[in-house]
Amino acid sequence: MAPTLKEILRPAMPPRLELSGITKRFPGVVANDGVGFSVAAGEIHALLGENGAGKSTLVKIIYGVQQADEGELRWNGAPVSIESPRAARRLGIAMVFQHFSLFEAMTVLENIALGMDDPPPQRELEAAVRAVLDTYDLGLDPHRDVFTLSVGERQRIEIVRALLQNPKLLIMDEPTSVLTPQEVEQLFATLRRIAAEGCSILYISHKLGEIQALCESATILRGGKVVATCDPRSETARSMAEMMIGGSLKDVARRDGAPVGPVRLAVDGLSAPGEPPFGTTLKDVGFSVRGGEIFGIAGVAGNGQNELLLALSGERLEEVTGDIRIDETCVCGLGVSARRRRGLAAVPEERNGHAAVPALSLSENAILSARTRKRLAAGGLLRLGAAKAYASGVIEAFSVRATGAAAKARSLSGGNLQKFVMGREILQDPAVLVVSQPTWGVDAGAAGFIRQAMLDLAARGAAIVVISQDLDELFELADRIAVINDGHLSPARPLAEVTVDEIGLLMGGIHGAAPRPATSERAA
Amino acid sequence: MLLAAPLVAVALTLAAGAILFTLLGYDGAGAVRSIFVTPLFDPYRWQDLLVKAAPLALIATGLSIGFRANVWNIGAEGQYVLGGLAATDVALLTHEMEGAWILPAMVLAGILGGMAWAAVPAALRTRLGVSEILTSLMLNYVAIQLLYYLMRGPWKDPMGFNFPQTVLFSASQTLPMAVPGTLIHWGVPLAAILALAVWFAVGRTVAGFQIRVVGLAPDAARYGGFRERATVWLALLAGGGFAGLAGALEASGPFGQMVPAFPTGYGYTAIIVAFLGRLNALGILVAAMVLALTYVGGESAQTAIGLPAAAVGVFQAMLLFFLLAADVLVRYRVARSAAHGAVTPAAASAPAGGSAAEPAASKRRQPVEAA
Repeated sequence: MAPTLKEILRPAMPPRLELSGITKRFPGVVANDGVGFSVAAGEIHALLGENGAGKSTLVKIIYGVQQADEGELRWNGAPVSIESPRAARRLGIAMVFQHFSLFEAMTVLENIALGMDDPPPQRELEAAVRAVLDTYDLGLDPHRDVFTLSVGERQRIEIVRALLQNPKLLIMDEPTSVLTPQEVEQLFATLRRIAAEGCSILYISHKLGEIQALCESATILRGGKVVATCDPRSETARSMAEMMIGGSLKDVARRDGAPVGPVRLAVDGLSAPGEPPFGTTLKDVGFSVRGGEIFGIAGVAGNGQNELLLALSGERLEEVTGDIRIDETCVCGLGVSARRRRGLAAVPEERNGHAAVPALSLSENAILSARTRKRLAAGGLLRLGAAKAYASGVIEAFSVRATGAAAKARSLSGGNLQKFVMGREILQDPAVLVVSQPTWGVDAGAAGFIRQAMLDLAARGAAIVVISQDLDELFELADRIAVINDGHLSPARPLAEVTVDEIGLLMGGIHGAAPRPATSERAA
Repeated sequence: MLLAAPLVAVALTLAAGAILFTLLGYDGAGAVRSIFVTPLFDPYRWQDLLVKAAPLALIATGLSIGFRANVWNIGAEGQYVLGGLAATDVALLTHEMEGAWILPAMVLAGILGGMAWAAVPAALRTRLGVSEILTSLMLNYVAIQLLYYLMRGPWKDPMGFNFPQTVLFSASQTLPMAVPGTLIHWGVPLAAILALAVWFAVGRTVAGFQIRVVGLAPDAARYGGFRERATVWLALLAGGGFAGLAGALEASGPFGQMVPAFPTGYGYTAIIVAFLGRLNALGILVAAMVLALTYVGGESAQTAIGLPAAAVGVFQAMLLFFLLAADVLVRYRVARSAAHGAVTPAAASAPAGGSAAEPAASKRRQPVEAA
């Protein structure tokens, strides 16, 4: 490992945080195996790795949520033991979680006070909050109710919460997964300023492009061990991805040429009022998808993606108006099972508890959505043998890492469960597949596999709708793309004619000339 | 762990009961012995045990279907009473008649009566969104008042010296014994058979699958094409039907007539049975025997060592309390927060969940820290 410039310039200064030989074992698995790395003062350090590589465990150890079995943590050169998040905060370690923990019905200020160990009186707190907001140019009104804020603004609350502690080390866990490209730029500017003032940042992400843009050094974990330390600026995204997965990355084979099939899914004038209290209202959504085509829907989370998926899948029928046609036949008013019978398969964003039942086996999870098309139930009785065979087929065809069809869904890692769910739907050979966030939180290897499976399904003549926040993914998969913003779908455009920046602007809420405030409401 | 909790709860109930009654000036160890041990060594009490366990098992089996789907039917007591009243109604209408069809008609009427009473909370929940916990519970009191009215008014035996009770049921209206010469009527084997049937239905039928999925993950149930409304109806009608059946069997069996003392708390005790049996039909059969023991042993303890009648209720309540506490403590650990010294439950870290559980875990952890 080549010393970075900062290390050469400040050889005498001990690193802000230094880990050596950190080992953490759980029954049956070693989550961290002799992990060591160090973060200098003012350094932005990336922690990279696939799901299950041990990033989260390591962060939990640093933030005092869990204790290491072996190894040493040094803080400014002195050995420390961090017994609780409270102890971590006392040292000057702050963390911004991937999932915000905010109370929707409370104001920004109230939320900040609730997250503090010893909140000062409101007046002082407000002054402190305003000082932080001014210092870092963060646009946020302390008296706004949280439910009126966009996701980017909500994240700023978490950042302010962290900065109020005057941290010496800020841990950011997947901070950009819900932001528009423009919001990401803003966040990076803020982070660079924080780092310039001497605060170290530990940045956890799997978006390699962002890490290249932001971080000065990176520690790459695989299977609980440090496999490489590098300077992301002198690496390519591909080379880092290959270090993460420990092999060469397969290219997703893109097929070219315009799709030629007939229209298989046609949606016209689809509207549905948002469910209280924080649902987004769908407004006159219309699009059509031909056989062999992949239609991408971009958008920041909470702009109606979930509502659209529920309206298409048939999970929500009440108050839904408009026309949905599968192969020219109207399916409006039909329930989930009837739509499945006509060839519609859907995969919602949330795997645990929506697309799959964590406490049930993979066999039973196969019955959940494949029982009509694959005859896994007959005459009111479950056909457990057939279900087991189908689940085993999915496990095999989609190389799901599981102990078998009897494994509980919750025993699978996120990526493996997503492969199972996608396989369960794709092997039913649907006419239309509607997928939301197909590779959310899924590691690079599995994501490539899932995308390839969707391309193959399209090549067999199915119409596919991919709803995603990941623009890279949409640009890799889609033939045409539209943006959903505040329940309104922009006109679809061929991929060749749009740029990432244009899509980003639409996601931020500017439809053509008419500006819209980005007051998206994320259903919690 | 899931199976250990009921055993731990029973052990803690026995220990706490012994201590409590010793402090109250009774022979605590003797009380526990005479309630929980003595009946086990008395063959005559075994019959009693089975007769008491049968309605508990029947009602708990029905309730377990709803509880699995997160439909909280607390109204089994009322549904049991209505089942008994419906059976009695048939008995009073057929009092001058004879025939093998009369008893089945009473049983059927009992099932329908229980279902009708459970249909009220089902309709209110599915149409107006009213919590079935409140409505089903409140209907218990309505059912009991209806019983008192019928006993003191329209259904009073004209030759009964003004006692508030109906005429005695005729031979065609009385449940025969399954084992001649004992107290064991046909309700006992029926309860066991129905528990097995429900056990099969929950594991092997689409309806049972629906019930399980709705309870485990409501969003996934909707995704799987199961309607919440249908599930609520199914759950409440099953609970009401089983409770009504138990009521009809009790009225035509051990009681042999309808009396104001008909509601004996089986509908409430069955809730404890359902949870102690882990909502599993086979577990419920065992749990019904344990709770039946408190009834049978409680009676003998009243005469043997002068324990108050309320002691049975105390033991039953302690059992539920310890069971719920054991269930919570199996899943959570007690964490002592440094600054305030307050005991706060912290989400137990679940390493087995691996990376899939990570986002969820951090989501859960935050509010705990903030609290």
